Amino acid sequence: MAGGDEMKLLGMWASPFVLRVKLALSFKGLSYEYVEEDIVRGKSELLLKSNPVHNKVPVLIHNGKPVCESLIILQYIDEAFAGTGPSLLPSDPYERAVARFWAAYIDDKMLAAWMQASRGKTEEDKAEGKKQWSVAVETLEGALRDCGKGKPFFGGDSVGYVDVVLGGLLGWVHANEEAFGIRSLDPQRTPLLVAWSERFGALETVEPLMPDVSRLVELGKMVLAREAAAAAGASN
Amino acid sequence: MAAEELTLLGLWASPFVIRARIALNLKGLTYVYAEDSIYNKSELLLKSNPVLKKVPVLIHDGKPVCESQVIVQYIDEAFPAAAGAPILPSAPYDRAVARFWASYVEDKWFSTWLPVFSGRTAEERVEAATQVVAVLQTLEQAFKECSKGKAFFGGDTVGLVDVVLGGHLGWLYATEAICGVKVVDATKTPLLVAWAERFCALDAVKGLIPDVDRLVEYNKTRRAALGLPLLLPYAELQQ
Repeated sequence: MAGGDEMKLLGMWASPFVLRVKLALSFKGLSYEYVEEDIVRGKSELLLKSNPVHNKVPVLIHNGKPVCESLIILQYIDEAFAGTGPSLLPSDPYERAVARFWAAYIDDKMLAAWMQASRGKTEEDKAEGKKQWSVAVETLEGALRDCGKGKPFFGGDSVGYVDVVLGGLLGWVHANEEAFGIRSLDPQRTPLLVAWSERFGALETVEPLMPDVSRLVELGKMVLAREAAAAAGASN
Repeated sequence: MAAEELTLLGLWASPFVIRARIALNLKGLTYVYAEDSIYNKSELLLKSNPVLKKVPVLIHDGKPVCESQVIVQYIDEAFPAAAGAPILPSAPYDRAVARFWASYVEDKWFSTWLPVFSGRTAEERVEAATQVVAVLQTLEQAFKECSKGKAFFGGDTVGLVDVVLGGHLGWLYATEAICGVKVVDATKTPLLVAWAERFCALDAVKGLIPDVDRLVEYNKTRRAALGLPLLLPYAELQQ
């Protein structure tokens, strides 16, 4: 890494957004200081100062300057360290547009479905979320089949932007069934995606970064229990 | 070299389509504009954007690009010989800041404003518009930081945030007529109000921002089509 570059990542162990940034930094071979934020007990002064608008992780602080929002951080890392390690985004403008489209799809449609399926206010809400989640997963299977053209990753022969954007979610994808009753990836329905997730998860640069699925399940259940208690309390 | 073929599928009232058109104009690019129909989506739209089935779609030499911010960045990157200043700055950090505020407009602004359009009750519309005022105050601060005293979020020239927020100006101006809350308020957000006037006067933008009356009428028709309760626009209630 270029001499004199100071990088700090403010994060939280269970956050898929933070994981995306860790993955990108790992792929680029960049070193950084990681700071675990205690979201429950209280966000740090540094976080509140670095992300005054949203107060959320991840925040990448590069030589004192904060970059917020995971997709923005990924593109920043790719551009600021263009000479270091592999590129996340392709160089062709059209291929970049396709990659950005799928990243936006994952964040807008897939994540929204996940939120609704796991934290929806009513059972109907959750059921609708689960349905939308299935649609999103099947759409991504289509993307891998049609855009991927038989290559191992969304980025082609090697990992790219979309792989990292989706890869950040993998821990939760595995934890979803037990934590929230959201069906995990089905090798019958989405064989390419299942193969991709195994391949991606096994990469040397990825494997050590993946969160403990059982810990995620525990966290998921705890969050639901807390919400149920709050709802019960509120209705008394 | 043969002229590149550019077609934009759009809807006149869509802020997302307006963004794409502004970007094309800023770059001096010639394109065919095809007005689609929200009630009867064209074959071309469904074929070009099978995943989301939405406008805008930019078709460049037969290849579709979807999602307005993806389109704007594509326009910025795919035509190196085009006129006009770059829409995104060159320094990675400045690009990150521009993308951050563009993302803020996308996520926070639009979702806050949306009930002005489709809220079920008058109260919901008023509440949304009141929250929009707060969002605008954050954007006022953002303008101060990004513009550094210059005319646009992008500095001397129009940038990503200008285009992304600018697309919404028609609906912003129409908000008071729809629900009675003054959101364009020079006493609260003087820099933004001045910026909006400047932006609308640009050659690249002229003719693209629909009139308030047209938008108010469109809101009524669209609400009826969506089965939403009839809420007379504030402007009509005053007559």
